[in-house]
Amino acid sequence: MKQLKGIAASPGIACGLAFIYAPLDLSIPDRAPDDAPVEWERCRGAFSAAMGQLQDLRSKAALEFGEAEAAIFDAHKMILCDPDLEEELKAELQTGATAEAAVDTVFRRVISSFEELEDPLFRERAADFADVHSRLLCILLHIQKQSLARLDSPVIIVALDLLPSDTAQMDRARVRGFCTARGGALSHTAILARNLGLPAVTGLGDGVLALADQSQIIVDGNEGVVIAEADEQQWNDYQQRAQASMRARAADETDAHRPAVTLDGLQVEVVANIGLPGEEVGALQAGAEGIGLLRTEFLFTGRHVAPGEDEQFEAYRPIFETMGNLPVIARTLDIGGDKPAPFLNLPGEANPYLGFRAVRIGLARPEMLKTQLRALLRAGYNHTLRIMFPMVATVEEMQAALGLVEESRLELANRGLPFAEAVEVGTMIEIPSAALISDQLAPHVDFFSIGSNDLTQYTLAADRGNPAVAWLTDSLHPAVLRLVDYVIHQAHAAKIWVGMCGEMAGDLDAIPVLLGLGLDEFSMGAASIPAAKALIRRLSVEGTKDLARQALAQPGAPSVRTLVRNWRQAQEKNAL
Amino acid sequence: MPEINLTIRNQVGLHARPAVLFVQSAQSFQSDIRALKGGKEVNAKSFKSILALAVNQNDEIIVRAEGPDADLALEALSRLVAANFGEP
Repeated sequence: MKQLKGIAASPGIACGLAFIYAPLDLSIPDRAPDDAPVEWERCRGAFSAAMGQLQDLRSKAALEFGEAEAAIFDAHKMILCDPDLEEELKAELQTGATAEAAVDTVFRRVISSFEELEDPLFRERAADFADVHSRLLCILLHIQKQSLARLDSPVIIVALDLLPSDTAQMDRARVRGFCTARGGALSHTAILARNLGLPAVTGLGDGVLALADQSQIIVDGNEGVVIAEADEQQWNDYQQRAQASMRARAADETDAHRPAVTLDGLQVEVVANIGLPGEEVGALQAGAEGIGLLRTEFLFTGRHVAPGEDEQFEAYRPIFETMGNLPVIARTLDIGGDKPAPFLNLPGEANPYLGFRAVRIGLARPEMLKTQLRALLRAGYNHTLRIMFPMVATVEEMQAALGLVEESRLELANRGLPFAEAVEVGTMIEIPSAALISDQLAPHVDFFSIGSNDLTQYTLAADRGNPAVAWLTDSLHPAVLRLVDYVIHQAHAAKIWVGMCGEMAGDLDAIPVLLGLGLDEFSMGAASIPAAKALIRRLSVEGTKDLARQALAQPGAPSVRTLVRNWRQAQEKNAL
Repeated sequence: MPEINLTIRNQVGLHARPAVLFVQSAQSFQSDIRALKGGKEVNAKSFKSILALAVNQNDEIIVRAEGPDADLALEALSRLVAANFGEP
């Protein structure tokens, strides 16, 4: 038996076969070159094989994702029939390089020349050349590029770390769980796993990649361990637990449409975070009572021209129509920094998380923000629209943002268009300064929504995307809990409500503490909703108050988690 | 050698789909075709080199052609640009 310890990133247990998703090793092996014409034939062979792959990918993409997505492969095909590149390759081969070394040298040179371009739009094209570069090297070096898109059997994915580009085409139906060497509780893999309701253990160290491919492994997302080479008894034991947790999950799903009322009769609002039109349908099916966070970045990222008011209106409207009278909280544009949008033409920043992003951009470009506000106000007509602003740090910003809402209303009224009149306007609380002046912000707004992911990384000064410090970014740290406690107090003193829309809101360890602190609304990924509602129904607000006080006094996040888990076990024993 | 001045009007410049169309069109002629912007001259049949010119919206480029179908090539390229690469 071999046991690896990592971070319990997403709860649940899975037993299955390991699928080692290894990073590509494209280093060029030493090989004595043949004559230049022979090496040239190798290059040509690789180019024509790559062309065949791209034709294939293009037709699949056109069918599955549409012409716009497919067009990217046209650019890649053009790279394969570029006379200048051909000349450079031939020149390289004349110096006695092997085919693979020549491709590597020429493409690296092109990639770095694009990376040096001043114009960000053209600089980005380096990615196309990098893609073709690795495609050609895979062919020349006979490396089978792994893909998560077509899995033959159910697997547990074992990877260094997973990026959105790895998981976008993942064959979700065949994935049972995740183990990653890097990453923390807030990494892409962790969030994805929780959204899919699958167990995940992250931050296991590079040793996890040495597990044998196709070997039987166990992922225990409750305890944060991965077990390989388990004996028969252990394997059976875990399989029973995995089945029991699947049964519990199925029972929670049956009950998901009932409201989340605590044992002492308080009804808590449980709503969903969504990031794309259409996701509201899944959210409703999972038992969401509204949308607590509609991320609007999908309309803006990767765009070379900002979307206009009508385009935005058309994109938002179906979401409101599906939701009927249930509340939808739209967060205004949260781009910049790590979420680039080419049309903004922003220079690179040394410190994007502390840079020009979110409402800071919106206030500096009020026409752009007002365009979005008008589109939202129009789409929310006859529905329950709520608006909130991301990354507010000061009262002045809040006032300026509210001023733009007023201007947008006036502009629509002047144009005689119907728009939502009674709209609650709130702010995200995700910067420590906003939490600390929440008493000053509260009189200006109708609600707060605590963005626990950013609040955690700013409070602990740890980038959640940086594997070296990811372990620090656990939202259950008492420093974060104390800020949450303070914000809820100030909000309730000002008679406004407080929600939370970060990962923490769906974290089963956090929910009892947040309930005890008095949180009014929990917004989470749709897959977390059934279990969260089931848990809330087993809790009482009075009973969790004492737990919350103890949590605030703990020395760190791990001890808060231990405290809550022991408390829950004791509760469940009492209930039996 | 015949040459023409072209102003690229479409929103993204010679990038993405327009760059593909421009280079594909150039490649369909036998003549040697060169594109010039700001003192830099490149082979208009090379996708890499056309992209590296970084031609933005409203930039002006000079296109030169030499060979049996030089005039036809220039006419085709200027029509493509005038039609905004088929974009609205």
